[in-house]
Amino acid sequence: MLEAIALVKHYGPVKAVDGISFSVNPGEVFGLLGHNGAGKTTTIRLLNGVLKPTSGLARVFGLSPVEDGLTVRRRSGVLTEAPSLEERLTARQNLRYYADLYGVAVPKVAARIEGLLQIFELNEVGDAKVGSFSKGMRQRLALARALLHEPELLYLDEPTAGLDPVAAKRVVTLIRDLSRKGGRTVVICTHNLSEAQQVCDRVVVLEHGKLLAQGTPAELARTYQHSAQVVIEVAPEAVEQALACVRGFKGVEVKAENGQLSLTGLSRQRIPELVAALAARSVAIYRVEPQEASLEDVYFALHQRDAEAPEPAPAQEVRA
Amino acid sequence: MNRRAIAAIVRKDLTIVLQSKAVMIPIVIVPLVMFILLPTLVGLAGPTLINLPGGQEQFIAELPAGLRAALEGLNAAQQPVVLVLVYLFAPLYLIVPLMVASVIAADSFAGEKERKTLEALIYSPVSDHELFLAKLLSAWLPAVAAGLFGFIVYALASNLAAWGVMGRLFFPTWMWLVLLVWVMPAVAGMGLGVSVIVSSKVKSFQEAYQIGGVVVLPILLMVVGQLSGVMVFSSWLVLLLGFVLWGVTALLLHYGSKGFNRTELIAQL
Repeated sequence: MLEAIALVKHYGPVKAVDGISFSVNPGEVFGLLGHNGAGKTTTIRLLNGVLKPTSGLARVFGLSPVEDGLTVRRRSGVLTEAPSLEERLTARQNLRYYADLYGVAVPKVAARIEGLLQIFELNEVGDAKVGSFSKGMRQRLALARALLHEPELLYLDEPTAGLDPVAAKRVVTLIRDLSRKGGRTVVICTHNLSEAQQVCDRVVVLEHGKLLAQGTPAELARTYQHSAQVVIEVAPEAVEQALACVRGFKGVEVKAENGQLSLTGLSRQRIPELVAALAARSVAIYRVEPQEASLEDVYFALHQRDAEAPEPAPAQEVRA
Repeated sequence: MNRRAIAAIVRKDLTIVLQSKAVMIPIVIVPLVMFILLPTLVGLAGPTLINLPGGQEQFIAELPAGLRAALEGLNAAQQPVVLVLVYLFAPLYLIVPLMVASVIAADSFAGEKERKTLEALIYSPVSDHELFLAKLLSAWLPAVAAGLFGFIVYALASNLAAWGVMGRLFFPTWMWLVLLVWVMPAVAGMGLGVSVIVSSKVKSFQEAYQIGGVVVLPILLMVVGQLSGVMVFSSWLVLLLGFVLWGVTALLLHYGSKGFNRTELIAQL
């Protein structure tokens, strides 16, 4: 569906995108993660042929966005970071305008607009000027606009930025449905990591235009969070015995509280070994719970590693 | 050529313009003054217009030869009416299409940046060429329509107001017809060209509008040129002037179009 190969974009001395490579499969929800200035928006612009790369190559639908920009953009939808709506026009007028720009078949335009207004719960305010809309309503209308021409590929640049939790949840659900039920390929730019964890099948992490890592959130967690926290609940009378056993594991730190041991520094691979050792000492184990690292933990681990490295670390790919 | 998209952009820009007081106030007030108020006053005031020491005869005698010749055969009451409405107001008439083109172009180009609506437009499947053409038409078509409508209103107001003095239809003349068909669209294009260039350098409608105001200077020079005798508007001179203005317009638009591409536009966001 989409491929970036050693993509580079310089603005004078500034390297906005610095040799990134990744691919997105059809029907996938793909996340571009990174804080402001990481190169996410520039990447979307390069993939749409709005900017020309300094070097490298992008292929979207097997086409070059630079040479076939019109075709690529006709088959893609973009939700820009700012909703970019005409405030002096009504919601219906905004959608009608973009239906004409994207060449939606004239007999289908009215039904398509009404259908989207219905889906995004804007049909009752369809004739109100967008200037009177809340931020959440604008975001939903902009999302409706991006879907107007039924694009195969959808780019969402910070889709929940500035939304209240209720509106954000609604948008996240919509995004998930677009992929799961609608079969669309979705590329999301975000620095909202919990949102990325909820919706993304795979992600790449960008920093200063460079790609730090890519894979599924779970793969990244396993790769970059080597020593997850593990909670073990044992019988209260067996706590001391369990502590002695755990202290025999090199590099593991343990805290005991209310019959519950919290371990750090224990790799996932060694959890069975520890459980076996406890069982061998007849410790009654009630519960063993490895705390999965979140995408947020991974993100900060990667950024810390990148900041500590004398030279930026090369991109690494994690495959399932 | 994606005509549907071009028409959509033009329609949208005009809808936006009609709702903008900052744009509509000058577009309505200036033509009202130029096309109705001034010709009515001149037509009704007639000979009292030239109330100078030494009288009207001396004033007419001091006019450039070309203008004196144009007024021959008219009586003392008719001379000031024809002098003002046919000759002196001819360059001023061009201010309206020039202003309409400049104001709408400023709103269409710089206003789109100011309203932060440009990014979604840039991502649409409309080529740079189509986008530029649509933006030009958004400003040029209403400017030419305003010029044409203004011409009709001016002709009616002039003939009606001066009927008592002239006793016949004296307007339009051949020179004015050339001005309408050939020069007025070029002047609208020139205003557009200046606005396109200015808008690419600024971020708001007001900045573009104010800086683009310099485009009125050539018109003022034409008025001064007529009064000083450097030029007297005749059909041939107006025809020649049209060639010059179309040339200037072509150069301005060519230069303006160079900066009008997605890469440049998105860098300004």
